[in-house]
Amino acid sequence: MNPQQAQTSIGQTNYTAIIFFLSFVGLTLAITYWAARKTKTTSEFFTAGGGVSALQNGFALAGDFMSAASFLGIAGLVALSGFDGLIYSVGWLVGWPVVTFLIAEPLRNLGKYTFADVVAYRLKQTPVRISAAIGTLTVVAFYLIAQMVGAGNLIHMLFGLSYEAAVVIVGVVMILYVLFGGMIATTWVQIVKAVLLLLGATALAVMVLMKFHFNPLELFQAAATQYGPEVLAPGKLVTNPLEAVSLGLGLMFGTAGLPHILMRFYTVPNAKAARSSVFYATGLIGYFYLVTFILGFGASVLMGRSAITAVDKGGNMAAPMLAEVVGGTPFLGFISAVAFATILAVVAGLTLSGAAALSHDLWTSVVRKGKSPEHEQLRVARLASLGLGILAIFLGIIFKGQNVAFMVGLAFAIAASANFPALLLSTLWKGFTTRGAVASMITGSVSAVLLIALSPTVMVELLGNKTAIFPLKNPGIVTMPLSFLVGWAVSLLAPEPEAADRYAEVRHRMHVGAEADVPDSAATTKPTVASVASPGPQTT
Amino acid sequence: MSQKSKAEELEALAAARWRVAAVLTAGMLVTYFGFILLVAYNKPLMGQQITPGLSLGILLGALVIGAAWVLTGIYVVWANNRYDKALHQYRR
Repeated sequence: MNPQQAQTSIGQTNYTAIIFFLSFVGLTLAITYWAARKTKTTSEFFTAGGGVSALQNGFALAGDFMSAASFLGIAGLVALSGFDGLIYSVGWLVGWPVVTFLIAEPLRNLGKYTFADVVAYRLKQTPVRISAAIGTLTVVAFYLIAQMVGAGNLIHMLFGLSYEAAVVIVGVVMILYVLFGGMIATTWVQIVKAVLLLLGATALAVMVLMKFHFNPLELFQAAATQYGPEVLAPGKLVTNPLEAVSLGLGLMFGTAGLPHILMRFYTVPNAKAARSSVFYATGLIGYFYLVTFILGFGASVLMGRSAITAVDKGGNMAAPMLAEVVGGTPFLGFISAVAFATILAVVAGLTLSGAAALSHDLWTSVVRKGKSPEHEQLRVARLASLGLGILAIFLGIIFKGQNVAFMVGLAFAIAASANFPALLLSTLWKGFTTRGAVASMITGSVSAVLLIALSPTVMVELLGNKTAIFPLKNPGIVTMPLSFLVGWAVSLLAPEPEAADRYAEVRHRMHVGAEADVPDSAATTKPTVASVASPGPQTT
Repeated sequence: MSQKSKAEELEALAAARWRVAAVLTAGMLVTYFGFILLVAYNKPLMGQQITPGLSLGILLGALVIGAAWVLTGIYVVWANNRYDKALHQYRR
């Protein structure tokens, strides 16, 4: 093998990849067909009827979180800069324990379809749901744009299809999953994709390690010999401690505020399954990131950095190129198909959470004040999914060629600043009020968007200015405390006795409530509490 | 059992869960931000190789990932045994 001249078929039409991808789409559409027949109620549409097991949900959570960006992006970052990629891996994982400790159980016990259920539980529905929906839709929109643009570029490189064709295919298939199969299909698409991604990455890592006597240290040593010992040490990624802490806060608490992740806690039968599913997900994601780290080093040693940057300056092709080097064109085809499938699944999950915010929070609770019949809710949910899918295709094409990497960071920053503080305060603090919640969510969304617009990422890298008004790339260190502070101060200014009075009920249901959701034990719990306590409309 | 002692029981239950959640969250925060701050402030230390190929940074990074999983595990084991038993008791 000649590392500097590694031949690659990336950029040409790859029929193996297309066949693998078509099989994935065929299989998942069969699942969708099966799921469509089971999707008759809003509960089945949004939460798979609460019938997903903890292990299944663990895989689905991992599937929702392991995006193509984290697979290809981290492998590329490690390939080009060594150790620094691990800082991202670690940051993307450490949010999960926090989700388990602080969010999973209250969310499962208090909510129905969206995190707004929890925040609005004892507060005034209309203002809280409108502001929560704004936060959710902003996060979903930025995350979707990043995924769609990534999908277009990626498929263009891997399959040789045109950018627009790739975006349209992703959009149409995703719409089919969500529109017909709802959460049941989306969950199984995530599970299939998570298994394929884990298997593919593992197989690739094994083939790399085979060349190093199955000893990762030998691989790292080889990288250090080739590029100097700096590859094993922190490099340029973290130069400013304030920036590092800010990025960390955004990643850590952003996970606990991502609407498509939070929605997954409603698909399991009870709080116990909710907490166990995060345990599985944390293990799977942690393992995946460690494997990705090995892939990055493998790519830099076996192919050389110049070969990787020759194909894609950002290094995003490192993992697929590595697949071709160690496993030939068929394996490149397989990994490419998995990457495509990954985007498809993440986009489906996002769309579903956006549709839940539009249908459940805005239409059913705000417009119809909870008096919307089941079939109407379902119709609105499907219309919302269709609309979001078309919007995703449209935005993907508009943003063609733009550098949208910062949008993922923005989505995390908004999730951490707008969603997480309100969620935590509403479960922990008796004195939280409607105005406090609204102020906290709006402050979080607006300040995160504003500070990113004024940050070096946008002002210097995108717009070409010399300096930026706000010095940090990640606003979390300012916007998160600000959101907590505003929520707290506004609540203190004008107390809301009704909300405080209902806190006892919140606490009861937050801890005991799971039982009210299990149909066969419903007779033993007080039915009045269960029906009054359930947020949103009670339609059966 | 009277209403009042029932309320106290729930209070104790909620307090216990919050205590465990707060301690574990603090543990995760200290571990993670400890790692990040070491990366930010002491790059040469993190680059030091313990054995050829294994720098302190890589070891600690992998350990933080491990710690995240172990802390989650501790919570799940505690909740599945102690907390759920207490809940069950309360529901009677």
